[in-house]
Order: sequence, then C-alpha cells, then structure tokens
Amino acid sequence: MATAAAAAAPLADAHHEELSFIRKYIFSTDHKIIGIQFLFASLAFLVLGGVLAILLRWQLGFPGEELPGVGTVAPKFYNSLVTMHGTFMVFFAVMPLLVGVYANYLIPLKIGAPDMAFPRLNMLSFWMFIQSGIVMTASLFVEGGAAGSGWTAYAPLSAVPQYTGASLGQQLWILSIVLFGASSLLGSVNYITTVINMRAPGMTLFRMPLSVWALFITAIIALLAIPIIAAAVIMLFFDLTLGTTFFLPADGGQPLLWQHLFWFFGHPEVYILILPAMGIISDVIANGSRKPVFGYHSMVLAIIAIAFLGWITWGHHMFQSGMNPLLGTSFMISTMAIAVPSAIKVFNWLGTMWRGNIRFHTPMLWAIGFVSLFTVGGLSGIFMASNAVDIFIHDTYFIVAHIHYVLFGGSLMAIFAAVYFWFPKMFGRMMSETWGKIHFVLTFIFYNLTFFPMHILGMAGHMRRIYDPTQYEFLQPYQPMNRFITISAILLFVVQLPFIVNFFWSLFRGKKADINPWQDNGLEWTVPSPPPHGNFAMTPTVYRGPYEFSVPGAEADYMPQSVPPSGSQ
Amino acid sequence: MNEAITLPGGVTAEPGMRIYNQKLGMWIFLASEVMFFTGLIGAYIILRFGTTAWALPGVPLEEGGTPLAINLTAFNTFMLICSSVTMVKAFAAIEHGDQKGLRRYLVATVLLGAAFVGIQVVEYIALAHEGFLPRCSEELAAVVPNCDLFGSTFYTMTGFHGTHVSIGVLCMIWVTVKAFRGKYTKENHGGVEVIGLYWHFVDLVWIMLFTIVYLI
Repeated sequence: MATAAAAAAPLADAHHEELSFIRKYIFSTDHKIIGIQFLFASLAFLVLGGVLAILLRWQLGFPGEELPGVGTVAPKFYNSLVTMHGTFMVFFAVMPLLVGVYANYLIPLKIGAPDMAFPRLNMLSFWMFIQSGIVMTASLFVEGGAAGSGWTAYAPLSAVPQYTGASLGQQLWILSIVLFGASSLLGSVNYITTVINMRAPGMTLFRMPLSVWALFITAIIALLAIPIIAAAVIMLFFDLTLGTTFFLPADGGQPLLWQHLFWFFGHPEVYILILPAMGIISDVIANGSRKPVFGYHSMVLAIIAIAFLGWITWGHHMFQSGMNPLLGTSFMISTMAIAVPSAIKVFNWLGTMWRGNIRFHTPMLWAIGFVSLFTVGGLSGIFMASNAVDIFIHDTYFIVAHIHYVLFGGSLMAIFAAVYFWFPKMFGRMMSETWGKIHFVLTFIFYNLTFFPMHILGMAGHMRRIYDPTQYEFLQPYQPMNRFITISAILLFVVQLPFIVNFFWSLFRGKKADINPWQDNGLEWTVPSPPPHGNFAMTPTVYRGPYEFSVPGAEADYMPQSVPPSGSQ
Repeated sequence: MNEAITLPGGVTAEPGMRIYNQKLGMWIFLASEVMFFTGLIGAYIILRFGTTAWALPGVPLEEGGTPLAINLTAFNTFMLICSSVTMVKAFAAIEHGDQKGLRRYLVATVLLGAAFVGIQVVEYIALAHEGFLPRCSEELAAVVPNCDLFGSTFYTMTGFHGTHVSIGVLCMIWVTVKAFRGKYTKENHGGVEVIGLYWHFVDLVWIMLFTIVYLI
C-alpha cells in the first residue's frame, strides 16, 4: 500500500537541485538532452555524408573534370568516398537519427517514465558515439586515405592493405565500428530494460504506441546483431595487425566467412534502419488522419515478423558467391516472405488514411512520402530477392536505386517527419510549416529525379562503385543520364538548405509551441514543451491505447492516453 | 505490491518483470555476449571444417597432434568451475545476512579467477616459446596441420575469454571491497547477484571453449 502513496507523491521535489551548465547540457544523464545531443551530432554527420555523395556523384557525372573550387577526384579517393559515404550514412546518420535520437527522446516520455533505466550508461553511450564519429572522421585525413573497401569491407580487399592502399584508414574504420557497436549495445540494453520495466501504470504492452514497439524490437535486433559485426571486424583487425589468417585465402582463411558474418549482421541492420521509421510513421499517420491506426495488433505482429525473418535471409546478399542453388532458393523464399508483413504495414497505413479527415501538416506530408517511396523500394526489393534475377542485377545501379529508395525515401523521410513532429516538444517552438512544405515538395521531386533513373542504369548493366563509366563502351550512351542524376543530386543537396535555415531559425525565433500542438494522444503531449527534468510531475496513469482519434460521441477528436474516462470520476 | 519497482523520486512503475533493472539489464547484456562468442565460435567451426586436416588431441605432436597443454588447462577449467561454486556460496551467505561468509567466499572467487588468468598467461608464454602463434614457427607448421589458422582461432577465442575473466576479476575486487565495507545486507545485495550472473556466464563460455578447442 505504501507504493500507492509513493505513486501519488509529486516528482518535482526530487529534481529541484540546480545542475551546472556542463552537467545539464554536455555530460547530461537526462534522456531528453541526450536525445537532442544525438540529433545535432547525427545531423552534422548527415551533412558530411551528403557532401561525400556530391563529390562521388561529380566524378560519375563529369569524369575527370574539375569540380569548381575542389579539383578532380582521384581514383583512390573515389574508393574512399564510396566507402565513407555509405559508412557515415548508415552508422552515423540514419541509425543514430532513428535510434539514438528518438529511442532516447521518446521511450521514457511515451511510456510515462522519468528517465531511462540506466541514465549514466546512456550518457556513456552518447560519448562513445562521439568518439567513434571522431575516429571515423579522422580516418579521412590520415596517410593512405580513408578505408576504400566499401562500407561492407569485403575481405580480402579490406584484409590486405596493398589492395586499396589504405592501411591506417582501414584500421581506424574498424576501431570506429567497434566503438560505435559498444555505444549501440549500451543503448539497446537501456531501451529494452526501460520498456520492459518502467512503463507507467496502465501502460500495457498493447497500449504502447507503435513507435515505442518498433524501437523496442529494433533494440533487440541491435543487441543481437551488433556483437556479430564486432566479432567480425575484430578478426579483420587481427588479420591486419597481428598476422592472423581468418580472411586470407592464401593462408587457409576464408573470404566467404567475412561475407557470412557481415551479412548475418548486415541484414538485421537493414531492419534496424527501417523499423523505427515504420513505427514513427504509424504515429504520424494516425495523427494526420485523425483515425486509429488500422489493425494495431497486426502492425505489432508485422514488426515482430520482419524482425524474425530478418535473421534468416542474409544469404540473399550472396547469391553470387557460388552457394548451393538449393540453399539459394531457401534464402529466396525466406526473403520473399518478408514482403508479407511489409505489405501488411503498407496496406494498414493506407487503411488508416482511407476516408480520414486528413490534416496535411508537414510531418504528415513526409509520412505520405515515406509510404509511397518505401513501396517503390520494397517492390524493387522483390526483384533482387529472386536469385535468378539477382544474378543479372547484382552489383549494379539497380541495387543502388533500391537501397536509396528504402534508406533515403524510406528512413530519411521518416526522420524528417519525426524532426518536424517532435521539434515543438524538444525545443518549445514550432518549425515553419510553409518552409517545411517547400522543403518536402522540393526534396520529393529532386529525390525521385536523382534515384529513379538509377533503376534504368542498373538494368543497362551499369556497375556499382566504378570510377569512370565512360571507360565502358556499352555505358557511353547512358552518360547523359549519369550527368542528369549528378545535377539532380546537387539540387537535392541544395534544397536541404530551407530545412537547415528553418531548423536553426525556429530554434530561436519560432512560434512558441503549446503543450499539444498536433492534438495527439501520446503521454509526451501532456507535459510542458520542453518537458522538465524528470518528465512527469506525477506518474501518469494510462487508460487507453495511443490512437483514440475521432471517437464517436467524444468532445474532441482526440483522447490523450492519460485522461480518465468520463463518468469514472 | 512489495515487488513493485521504486524509481528515483519514490515513484512506482508498472513492473514488467518482477526483477530489478540491474539484473534484467545484465541478462540482456549477456544475450549480446552470447552472440559475440557465437560469432567467434562460428568462425572457428567454418574455418576448421573448411580445411582438410586439423590438429587432434590424443595424438603425438609429430603425427599431427595438438600443441596445447590439455592437462594443465583441464586443471584450470576445474578451478574456474570451483570459482562458480564459491560465487554461489557468497551469494547464499549474504542472502542469509552472513557478512563473514560473503567476504570469505568473494575473496576465494577473486583468487580462483586470478589464478585462472595467471595459468592462461603461463600457457600462452609456453606456447609462444614452442613457436605456436597466429603465425607458427616453421618447425611447428611442418607438423601441425593448418597451424596458422589454428593459432589465429585459438588465440582469438581464448584471448577474448581471458579478457572477460580479467574484467570479471576487476569487478569482483570492487564488489569484494564493498563487501568489506559492509555495503551489502540481507535485503540489499543486488551487486553480488549481478556480478554473479556475469561470472557464471564467463564460466559457462569457458566450458564450451575448452570442449571445442582442446577436446575435440
């Protein structure tokens, strides 16, 4: 009974002590500050990844020509550009933007907890991420250049320094990935423990918002997948430094072992990059449609099904490796099976929007963009799941188009939706809706102009990661298309400027946001913007699921999770 | 109601599992550790069965036998298992509020763990003198099949395990110091339980590694 009294005691008293600036904003243990730190850091890495992309696109569109103010792109530097663009975007932009920012910021707020289960581990996780980012950035400037073996670091290309010319660069790449993995691991332990153990009274598992569900399942995938890449890159490191022979065929090692280990991590990693986006989008679409999410339980089960199937499909990255065709077929079937839960999600989003009273606010536009582009990326995924088709399109621009449709058109659109949606809660000010919409429309146009033609290039046999397409006679007719893609990519980069200006301008000058600007149901919208240290003045009690929009007979078209049912008082 | 978890600020949360955060967190962390050793052991299995011959126990070195010191390591394994027993005894002692028992058995666990690491280092030095390294000496490479690959996998797997034991010993020393300061009571001894989970896990991993690296 003592617990009931304790639950009613106001929390504010426990947190009144003033913290110094450093403890409050730099070495903070507050999950909200850590989330915001992740936001700034990973947006910076996103810009860096974008700059690398422009440089490598320049070489493809205008081979050997001088980029004004920068110079020409040398072949070895080009390899580093391809590698580091992929590495920064996957590990330092999209993954921390989804997991580092929103798992940290949203999980405690949305489940009604005052903070994470292990706040100090959380701080450690952020600072390890910064360290790994510094090491990776530093590797761009060392002798021999940054790693040049692709973000997949296939051995023996990565295991023999003479092959790429990058020796120290490759070692720093490995060190950075190990640090990054440790950071993710600490984060995952924290997120899982928090979701399991720290939900507010009444917040049952099936009353959790889909964003929290997705981040929870993602944390489980990361927890189990990251150690595999850690083991793999450490073995690679030993091959480079201690003279071991894991991946060196001349000494009895097996390069294919690297592919198995990498993709056993790498395919679950793909779902780490998309599941949180799906969860965030579900929240935004329900809000924008003013309707409950269609098929909430099937959405949860689809997340779990995708997470499970993701573990038994890694071989579809290796159809070319000479595996037994029977084994290849089983990987093909398990891969195609993922289309089922993915389609469940897409149709449920459409079902949610169907006949809704849709509010086309900026986050909703990005969410609709996500659904449409993810569908394109998902459909092209089915092509390469078929091993007969994949043998033709493997390692072509078709693959590049596919990965950018799911990772940029999918994940990054969801990230923009999330930034616009939770910005008022994070900083207490609204971002400009007008500029947000301009940003969306321009990004949507130039995004498609950049990446859609890559499908056509891929079908024409344009290889991935080549330095100069004009060297190949059969690709020469496609050079105008390459040039078109490069110009579109530069414009795509330029139209992110409204976002950057809007972000920083709104940070200081934006319209003040009230507690619940989007009229949403989540617990985070019941506390001030920005929420105080400790989040809730009193632990909320949860009475219903997160998507009770437009309930017949209700006063408003939304019903926050913690408002008691009328008539019960 | 008593199991409900109290958060900072005296607030109770909906208890998902009726175990406290640190213990749950350790179990979750151990799941990732399982995957880490799975990666290393999986690589060993693939590399070993991708070759035509491998050094076997019970065969003289000259006929393709293993260069490893099986008897010494068997004794070491026995010691590590004993340290798990003393760990259990330490936990059982504090559950009954027995401070003296807790201290005695924690010290025993630290000593056994440190001895394990010490013997492993001695074994490494002896093996290195024989020329058994990730790159074997020419004499050894002439008799041990795929000696380089054997050395690579052996040192990586046992080395990472040894690192885990060493970290465990350091944490155990910290817990022991706290025990001597009387920080654990009959009601509050989560630290002993959490380090115990980690210790048993490391012990279990060694039993697997000993079996597959030394015995088969």
